[in-house]
Amino acid sequence: MTEQTSFIKGIKDGLPICFGYLSVAFAFGIFSYESSLSILQAVLISMTNVTSAGQLAAVPIITSGGSLFELAIAQFVINLRYALMSVSLSQKLGKTVSMADRFIISFMNTDEVFAVSSSNRGYVGRKYMYGLILTPFLGWSVGTFLGAGAGNILPAIITSALGIAIYAMFVAIVVPVASENKPTFYCVIIAVILSCIFKFTPVLNKLQGGFVIIICAVVASVIMAIVSPIEIKEEGVKDE
Amino acid sequence: MNKIPFVFYLLTMAGVTYLIRMLPLVLIKKKIQNKFLLSFLYYIPYAVLSVMAIPAIFYSTSHTVSALIGFFAAVVLAIRKKSLLTVAAAACGAVLAAEIIIGCL
Repeated sequence: MTEQTSFIKGIKDGLPICFGYLSVAFAFGIFSYESSLSILQAVLISMTNVTSAGQLAAVPIITSGGSLFELAIAQFVINLRYALMSVSLSQKLGKTVSMADRFIISFMNTDEVFAVSSSNRGYVGRKYMYGLILTPFLGWSVGTFLGAGAGNILPAIITSALGIAIYAMFVAIVVPVASENKPTFYCVIIAVILSCIFKFTPVLNKLQGGFVIIICAVVASVIMAIVSPIEIKEEGVKDE
Repeated sequence: MNKIPFVFYLLTMAGVTYLIRMLPLVLIKKKIQNKFLLSFLYYIPYAVLSVMAIPAIFYSTSHTVSALIGFFAAVVLAIRKKSLLTVAAAACGAVLAAEIIIGCL
């Protein structure tokens, strides 16, 4: 198999991700500001994590003074999917990728970077991967800075409207799959019902948000993994 | 209760997230074969995003009514497979329009 080694090709493939990240990170920045984190704190979180769902879950834990254990477990459960992507990516990396490169590339193995690198025919080389992850990292960092900064200067009616942005993106990720794949739909329904139970039941609604996410998501996923396990195909993971 | 310094939160979340991404890429060379684990990993992102979105989305704006309208706009466009950017922008626009109308009433 051939190996994609062009840095320029990597940059070109990464730019669409970069633009997408600018807006998602902007929404995270706004959310951080509304959660009373400083601009510097929001940017530091983005530059060291690069994970939208994980970061969003972390903010309420941090601002409510939750425990480090709770934060660690929340990140572990929410970001566990990256382990699967890293396993898959490890078989996609070409000969030019050294062990040291793997330590750096894995830091930026996001859903989108994984998707694009997987879409390449053949192996991906080190120069291509560095080109691919460069602009998304910048977009993620700069977007957060702009969002957190804009939260300070935009009028309330605008920040209120932008507050829904990151949740709307979750809707945009979940709904297309859930509307065509029954098991995923049931998984979403179970998760939402559990989430609402925890939100509206006295006593239960005293639980830290991070634990609620873990409990609801793990229960819904375990139920569906038992009831409706996915089929394993040669090309990777395919649903039924 | 003493407040935990921000830097500890930062190091904890960054460390856990990095280890999850780094260890498999550096250590594992074979594909996961366990069907239950693969299935669990398949469902987890959708379950997590759903739990984080509902009911929180209904409290993400100044009015529950505007949030409901924004949520409805997002679902309609998401079913039509519009991009993340389009769905998010439309939801924001719907909320803004709703709040301007609410403000005028």
